[in-house]
Amino acid sequence: MNIHEHQAKEIFRKYGVPTPKGFVAFKPENAVKAAQQLGGDLDVWVVKAQIHAGGRGKAGGVKLARSTEEVGMYAKELLGKTLVTHQTGPEGKRVHRIYIEEGAEIEKEFYLGMVLDRASEKPVMMASTEGGMEIEEVAAKTPEKIIKVEIDPAIGFQGFHGRKLAFGLGLPKEQVNKFISFAQAVYHVYMDYDANLIEINPLIRTKDKKFLALDAKMGFDDNALYRQPEILAMRDLTEEEPTEIEAGKYGLSYIKLDGNVGCMVNGAGLAMATMDIIKHEGGQPANFLDVGGGASAETVAKGFEIILRDPNVKAIFVNIFGGIVRCDRVANGILEATKLTKVEVPVVVRLDGTNAEEAAEILNNSGIKNIISAKDLKDGAKKVVEAANRG
Amino acid sequence: MSILVNKNTKVIVQGFTGKEGTFHAEQCMAYGTQIVGGVTPGKGGQTHLDKPVFNTVEEAVKATGATVSLIFVPPAFVADAVMEAADAGIELAVTITEGTPVKDMMYAKAYAVKKGMKMIGPNCPGIITSEECKIGIMPGFIFKKGPVGLISKSGTLTYEASNQVVKAGYGVSTAVGIGGDPIIGLSYKDLLPLFEKDPETKLIVMIGEIGGTLEIEAAEFIKENITKPVVAFIAGQTAPKGKRMGHAGAIISGGKGTAKEKMDALSAAGVHVVVSPADIGETVAKILK
Ligand SMILES: Nc1ncnc2c1ncn2[C@@H]1O[C@H](COP(=O)(O)OP(=O)(O)OP(=O)(O)O)[C@@H](O)[C@H]1O
Ligand SMILES: [Mg+2]
Repeated sequence: MNIHEHQAKEIFRKYGVPTPKGFVAFKPENAVKAAQQLGGDLDVWVVKAQIHAGGRGKAGGVKLARSTEEVGMYAKELLGKTLVTHQTGPEGKRVHRIYIEEGAEIEKEFYLGMVLDRASEKPVMMASTEGGMEIEEVAAKTPEKIIKVEIDPAIGFQGFHGRKLAFGLGLPKEQVNKFISFAQAVYHVYMDYDANLIEINPLIRTKDKKFLALDAKMGFDDNALYRQPEILAMRDLTEEEPTEIEAGKYGLSYIKLDGNVGCMVNGAGLAMATMDIIKHEGGQPANFLDVGGGASAETVAKGFEIILRDPNVKAIFVNIFGGIVRCDRVANGILEATKLTKVEVPVVVRLDGTNAEEAAEILNNSGIKNIISAKDLKDGAKKVVEAANRG
Repeated sequence: MSILVNKNTKVIVQGFTGKEGTFHAEQCMAYGTQIVGGVTPGKGGQTHLDKPVFNTVEEAVKATGATVSLIFVPPAFVADAVMEAADAGIELAVTITEGTPVKDMMYAKAYAVKKGMKMIGPNCPGIITSEECKIGIMPGFIFKKGPVGLISKSGTLTYEASNQVVKAGYGVSTAVGIGGDPIIGLSYKDLLPLFEKDPETKLIVMIGEIGGTLEIEAAEFIKENITKPVVAFIAGQTAPKGKRMGHAGAIISGGKGTAKEKMDALSAAGVHVVVSPADIGETVAKILK
C-alpha cells in the first residue's frame, strides 16, 4: 500500500525528520487558508498535487506561488485535473487533494531512499548527490554516484552507517552529524511502520545549511497492515483500481491488462503462466486473475462478472489445476456461475488434476453451447485465442 | 534416493489442531508421511489424529525425535513458530502459511540460519518425495517416482509441471515449492547442489517468476556447479511493471526482475529455457530420451 506525500511528511514530523511546514487541502478556499496559516508574508508557497505517482514536477503538478492569490489560482487549476506523469501511464491520475507548503531555499538537492534488498534480505539505504533525478536513471548511467549501506536489523542503524553515507556524499564535517540523525530517523520510520519503500527525492540542504525532506514517498508491506492501523487509516481508495478492490473483497486477485482474452486461473504462478501462453499462441491477455484455493460457484461467478466488465474481452480461458480443490466441484461452479452471470462470449475450460474426468463429463453434458472444453494447457490456449480472434 | 525428506523422516505439525493443520496432517499421513505428533500451545497432553499433542516444539522433539516441522499457524505467528522450531533443534521447517510480514521473515530467517535450521517457504505448497513422504498441501497423486528434481516458486505450477513430466512418461524424485514471498528459506541455489548429488535425479526443472534475483543467482550457480541438465520456465513474461502479480514477491520494481532478464541469464548458463509453460514435459522427455 502507498500513501500520499502529505501523509508521509506527517509521519516524518513525528519522527523528527525535518520537512517544510504544510497543510493538505481538498478545496481551493482551504488552500488559500492554508497559505495564510503558513504565514501571509512568505515569499514562496508551493502547491503540490497529491497523487500516488512520481514525476509530478515535470508534469506541471508542482507550482510555485508568489502570493496567496496565486495559491488559490493554482489550487483551482490542479484540483480535479488529470495529471499525466511518466509513472501514471497515459490515462493519468486525477488530483483530488493538494498540499500547500512553505517554499524552501534550495542550495543543493540530494537523494535518500530505503528499500528491502532482496539479495541480502536486509533493508538498504541509498544516498546520492544526484537529487531530483530519477534514481533508476542514476543507477543505470552513473552507479558510482549511489552510496549504499546495508543495515542488519539485528544491530540497527549505527553511526558508521550514517558516516558512510554522509562522507560518501562529500558533506563537510560540520554537517555530518545532522545528516546522520536525519538518516537514522528515516531508518526508524522504515522499520516501525513495516515500510517497503521510502524515497526522499529531493532531500535538500537549504541556504542556511539545514537538511529538509522536500518530497516523501512511502510504500508499505501489505502483509503487515493488520498491525499498522495508522497506515491503514491513510489508505486512499480513489488511488486504487475500483475493480481490483472489489475483486479483493471476494478473495480474488485481479489486475486489468490491455488484451482481449479473459483469464480465470487458480494460483498466482499458473495465472501468470496462462497469460504467457496466451501471448505465445498469438493472443493478448485481458487480465490477471487468481481465484485462489476456493473456486466456488460464487467466486467463479464474480470472476466472470469482473472479467466481462471489460468490453475488450472476446473470450475467456478458465484454467484450473485441481489439487485439494476438486475439478468436478469447479465444473459445477462454472455451470452455476453461468446462471448467476450472463456469459455470452466463448468460455474455454481446462480442468486438470483431481477428478478431471468427472468434470469434463459434467461440462460436456451441460448443453451450454459457448463452453468449449480443452484437454490441456496448450490446447486450451490455442482454442481460446482462436475464439477471441473470431469474436 | 531423494533430497531432504524420505519415508523415514519424522515430522511434527505446528498448528496441529487447527482446521488447516488437521486437514493437511491427515492427508500427509494418508500419503505415508510419518507425522509423529504436533504442537498446539495449551493443548499439550491431548491426542489428535491418534498422535500426541505438545505445548512446545522442544517437548515434541524430545518425545518423538522429529527432525522436520510443518507449520500452519496464522501469519502473525509464523516468525515465532519458525524461531521456536529453530530453537528446539528442528532441522527443516516447512511453512505453508501465506501473508507473513517481510520484517518478521527477516528476523526469523536470520535466526534459523544462526541455528543451522533449513527453511522452506513461507507461502509455498511444501516438499514431496514421490510415493514416500509429503510434507505440505500438494495433491499427492500427481507425483510419481522418477528422475526429475523439481524446484518452484509457485504451487499450481509445481502441479502443472509434475503432471506434464508424468504424462511424458517420467516422474519426480523430489519436488520443492520454495514460495513466492520476498524473503524465503531454501532457494534454487541451495537446492540445486542437493539434486546434483542425488543419484536418482537425472534432470532438474526449475520454475521461477518475475521479481527479485533468485533466478539470476541460480543461473550463475548452474554455470559453475551443475552438470545435470536443467529445464526452466519463468512465469510473468507478459506481466506489467510495478504490479504485484498475486505473490508478494512477484513484482517488477524499478525495471528489475523481469522474466526476460532471468530467461536470458539462464539461457546463457546453458539451461533449457522454455517460453511456453506447456512445453516443460516435452522438453524433459527430449533430453532424457
Ligand atoms: N517546498 C518546496 N520548496 C521549494 N521547491 C520545492 C518544494 N517542493 C518541491 N520543490 C521543487 O519541485 C521539484 C519537484 O517536487 P517533488 O520532488 O516533490 O515532486 P515530483 O516531481 O513528483 O518528484 P518525483 O518525480 O521524485 O516523485 C523538487 O525537485 C523541487 O525542486
Ligand atoms: Mg520528487
